[in-house]
Amino acid sequence: MEPTATFFSGFQLNDLWFLAQAAWRTLVISVLSISVGTLLGIIFGWMLYEGKLWATLTLAPILDAFRSVPLLIQLVLFFNFAPIIGLNLDPFMSGLVILSIYCAALVANVARGGMQAVELSMRRAARSLGMSYWQDLRYVVLPIGGRAVFPSWVGVALGVMKDSALVSVLGYVELLRASQILTTRTQEPLLILAIVGLFYFALSYPVSRYAASLEKRWAS
Amino acid sequence: MFDYNFHWRPVFRSLPDLIGAGLTTLEVAVLSMIIGTLIGLGLALIRMNMRGPAYWFATTWVELARNTPALLQLFFFGFGLGAVGILLSPYTIVLAALSFNCAGYLAENFRGGFQAIPDTQLRAARSMGMTNWQAYTRIIIPQVFRIVYHPLTNQMVWAVLMSSLGMLVGFRELSGETQALASRTFRIFEYFAVTAIIYYVIVKIILGASRLLAARLFRY
Repeated sequence: MEPTATFFSGFQLNDLWFLAQAAWRTLVISVLSISVGTLLGIIFGWMLYEGKLWATLTLAPILDAFRSVPLLIQLVLFFNFAPIIGLNLDPFMSGLVILSIYCAALVANVARGGMQAVELSMRRAARSLGMSYWQDLRYVVLPIGGRAVFPSWVGVALGVMKDSALVSVLGYVELLRASQILTTRTQEPLLILAIVGLFYFALSYPVSRYAASLEKRWAS
Repeated sequence: MFDYNFHWRPVFRSLPDLIGAGLTTLEVAVLSMIIGTLIGLGLALIRMNMRGPAYWFATTWVELARNTPALLQLFFFGFGLGAVGILLSPYTIVLAALSFNCAGYLAENFRGGFQAIPDTQLRAARSMGMTNWQAYTRIIIPQVFRIVYHPLTNQMVWAVLMSSLGMLVGFRELSGETQALASRTFRIFEYFAVTAIIYYVIVKIILGASRLLAARLFRY
């Protein structure tokens, strides 16, 4: 029996472990960028809502640019721009920075919508009761406005989670990149793409279902 | 710290190529929106009016399109189908993947739009002697269109932004062309900066045109 030299080997069980690790990395970069992005986004949204002129003149166009340029281009651009100004960022950091800003730009709109959803009379009432400005934000605007825009925030967060697949372009081995590596070795793209798709689906579907059910419950 | 010399000349010299590629981007986005709208409308109607296999087919389509990354869908149409012998051109891959994605998202928008129209309208139209087809095309769909007009515009912008992923399957739209040109001159940052601006302009044109069209369409 001649031993046949082959570069390709079938899909094995420990490849599933490799994919699971990659899924973990997807989860890490998603959760980090969504957290940072949401925090920044709320601050930006509040600035857009409160600071009338200077915010609309400076902040709004910048955030708008992040929403009007494809994320892929932003990633490539930043990854190539960082060394120019002397920053040596690995793919993970570059991806994290851009995903966070991108998420912040999307959340800023959502947050502003939430603040606008709180009726002014409600806030005046809160102030008349002796609440400070921050108390009013914390105990009146946050619960009411947050509830109004929570479903759209979930949509943004899931969108960022799915868009984190683009960081693979920079070389960060997350789920999609892992699937490409495996595909190169096993030559079974359909199977691997199906498994990876299932991973993403399992991350995204329950959350979107839960948000939809919350929305339904709050609406009634 | 800042010892990088910007070279914009090669970029400006290939500006006509970039703008031509921008038109390709726009073409793919518009085509996929048209296909996506038609399929999405069908999916929404199936999900609302049918039971059994048709319902499950439509639901699976919508949930898959919404809960997996667009890049994964693109790879599926490219590498996945390629592995089972269905070889598509890069243009077809991008068009198919974008249409698949848009149809899924638009189906949900349409479903929301249909549900916002009271049932009684359909019944009233039917009792006036209209056929089902007449009632839908003359009474229901014009009202739904008004509701989903804004989401449709957003989806159009998304389609343009998503088409940038075509770069990764070798399609020479704006991003792909940019990458090809940039790898020839190694002026990656400069090329992608100009491309980002072109994308920004395209998005602004779409939003402006949509606003003009809305003013014209919804005068009453």
